[in-house]
Amino acid sequence: MEKMPKWADIFLIPVVSLILAAIFSAIVILAIGEDPWAAVKLMVKGALGSTYAWGYTLYYATNFIFTGLAVAVAFHARMFNIGGEGQAMLGGLGVALVCLYIPWPHWSLALIGASVGAALFGAAWAAIPAFLQAKRGSHIVITTIMFNFIANALLVYLLVNVLKPVGMMEPATSKFPKLIQLPSFRDMFSTADTIMFRGAPANITFFVAVAACVVVWLLIWRTRLGYELRAFGHSESAAKYAGINPTKIIMVSMLISGALAGMMAINNVMGEAERLVLNAVEGAGFIGIAVALMGRSHPFGVFLAALLFGFLYQGGAELALWTSIPREMIVVIQALVILFTGALDNMVRMPLEKLFFSLRRKPAAKPAAAE
Amino acid sequence: MDLLTLLQVLDSTVRMATPLLLACLAGLFSERAGIFDIGLEGKMLVAAFLAAAIASVTGSAWLGLLAGIGASIVLAIVHGLASITFRGNQLISGVAINFFAAGITVVVAQSWFGQGGRTPQLGDGARFQSITLPFAESLSGVPLLGPIFKELISGHSILVYMAMLIVPLTWWVLYQTRFGLHLRAVGENPAAVDTAGISVVRLRYSAVLICGALCGIAGAQLATAEPAAGFIKDMTAGRGYIALAALIFAKWRPWYALMACLLFGFLQALELRPDLITNVIGIKVQGQLLSALPYIMTVVILAGFVGKAIPPRAGGEPYVKER
Repeated sequence: MEKMPKWADIFLIPVVSLILAAIFSAIVILAIGEDPWAAVKLMVKGALGSTYAWGYTLYYATNFIFTGLAVAVAFHARMFNIGGEGQAMLGGLGVALVCLYIPWPHWSLALIGASVGAALFGAAWAAIPAFLQAKRGSHIVITTIMFNFIANALLVYLLVNVLKPVGMMEPATSKFPKLIQLPSFRDMFSTADTIMFRGAPANITFFVAVAACVVVWLLIWRTRLGYELRAFGHSESAAKYAGINPTKIIMVSMLISGALAGMMAINNVMGEAERLVLNAVEGAGFIGIAVALMGRSHPFGVFLAALLFGFLYQGGAELALWTSIPREMIVVIQALVILFTGALDNMVRMPLEKLFFSLRRKPAAKPAAAE
Repeated sequence: MDLLTLLQVLDSTVRMATPLLLACLAGLFSERAGIFDIGLEGKMLVAAFLAAAIASVTGSAWLGLLAGIGASIVLAIVHGLASITFRGNQLISGVAINFFAAGITVVVAQSWFGQGGRTPQLGDGARFQSITLPFAESLSGVPLLGPIFKELISGHSILVYMAMLIVPLTWWVLYQTRFGLHLRAVGENPAAVDTAGISVVRLRYSAVLICGALCGIAGAQLATAEPAAGFIKDMTAGRGYIALAALIFAKWRPWYALMACLLFGFLQALELRPDLITNVIGIKVQGQLLSALPYIMTVVILAGFVGKAIPPRAGGEPYVKER
């Protein structure tokens, strides 16, 4: 079968999809009586114009790297983990428990402890849907959706009835100890005369996220497990025939996926809020789907797509602040990105493929260019 | 607990179950034809918004209903394009539709009405009012049956009665008509349907369109039927997913869908009256447990511990004609 060149597959198609999403977003902005070009300029300034802006953009991007990697790892085994939201909520619970009930001597140890807690809780929340998929054939998409809602109910219950300190109105845990506060970008990059990233929530977790990208890349393309995972994703029957255990692959891929989604909590719960609040995840679990789709499930792609969505998120918040475009515009843009890069992929791909083949056919008239 | 309280709870059960039921039947048509639809939530949401918006602008609940159905059908067509014409991933398309609806309703509502993502309060003409069935008042003296008739059966909006009628209608269409036979076949084995010279594409599009129309009614019921009086941000609040859960619970059959939706509606009605449970069984049941129960029950069903839920065999698979 004929194929498009690789660069077209991993670069051209996402870019065209992105342009389509941008065009539709511009139409929406025009329709509500605002100027799309001015909106873009405002977003660029608000998300990239200062170290403060970057501090927010990178903070959001950190969340999306984790959830994007979570979806991507599962995609490789052809599992659609739509439960990142719930797994990240549970990850937050893990972080809160680790930070509140263990007296850590230093933030670095606490960071390691919190990462383990977040990953364990996130993985545990993915474990039941994974087990049901592997052993009982229950559709992973439906069960993970259900588990998002169950996680939400569980968290409301715990925060209202168990974890809330006596006498506080708001359903949230008490503040984590000052000692284990993670270094923010401001602490790390400011010099004596210039303060950088003032008031922005980006913190050391960003580098944990980058490390996670590298680890996932190694795992997927450089280990036997990663090979088995991809083989299973390409063809379940062939993988079985080659002696790969489907139960193991489904379980392992979903556990890793859940752990990654859970680890988002070290950024938003430990790094930013420094306590567990309701709705701490703010939809980042779902954005992971868009990020993984855009990034073609490759860690580097996920990294870039997470930056893009971090930009959209911070830029969108600025829009809501300075114009009459509500914050929900980001959700619309996100939906359009998922629609064009995910669901309508073939709509972009088919015409482009035709174009490539017709270009190729002319030189192929000489017999040498047989593929 | 006296009869009247019980009847009140059952009455709100019916009201809560109606949007679930309509969305569930919508999903039933779509999934029976082999198109997974997790975008029920989004379609309901846009329908709720546009129904309320048009009703508030024109003052007519019926025009609102039409607009709501229209909005829902537009998203259904997008889902059809993605999953039938372009053979994309149906789940991803559904996710996109849900997000699109969640965002666009607030964006448009804000720029249209400027009330923080809601529509203005609907007046009496602009919403579907409760209908008092004939004889409800005069028969209310009859012991037991009288109050049941008056409190439970009478006094709902026309959309509730429509929803109840759509259940037998769905059953009849699916099991007694040629179209229904083809529809079920295309969800099990599209290749066979294709071989018989029937268009898979046309069948699946009609299923998706019916799904859109039903979600439209569901949304309109949420926003424009008494006691609702307009659209609020995210007002579907996961009902599309509960409907999906009900569909699995019902194992993709219409009468069971009614049962499942009434059950889940009952749980929602109980959530509104936490005092009742405490009174009746003497233990305080957490509201969160009640709201999580439909999802937990669905997971148990999906796990196959209580009967096995077997989805239509070709569900989620785009149909590729022979190459």
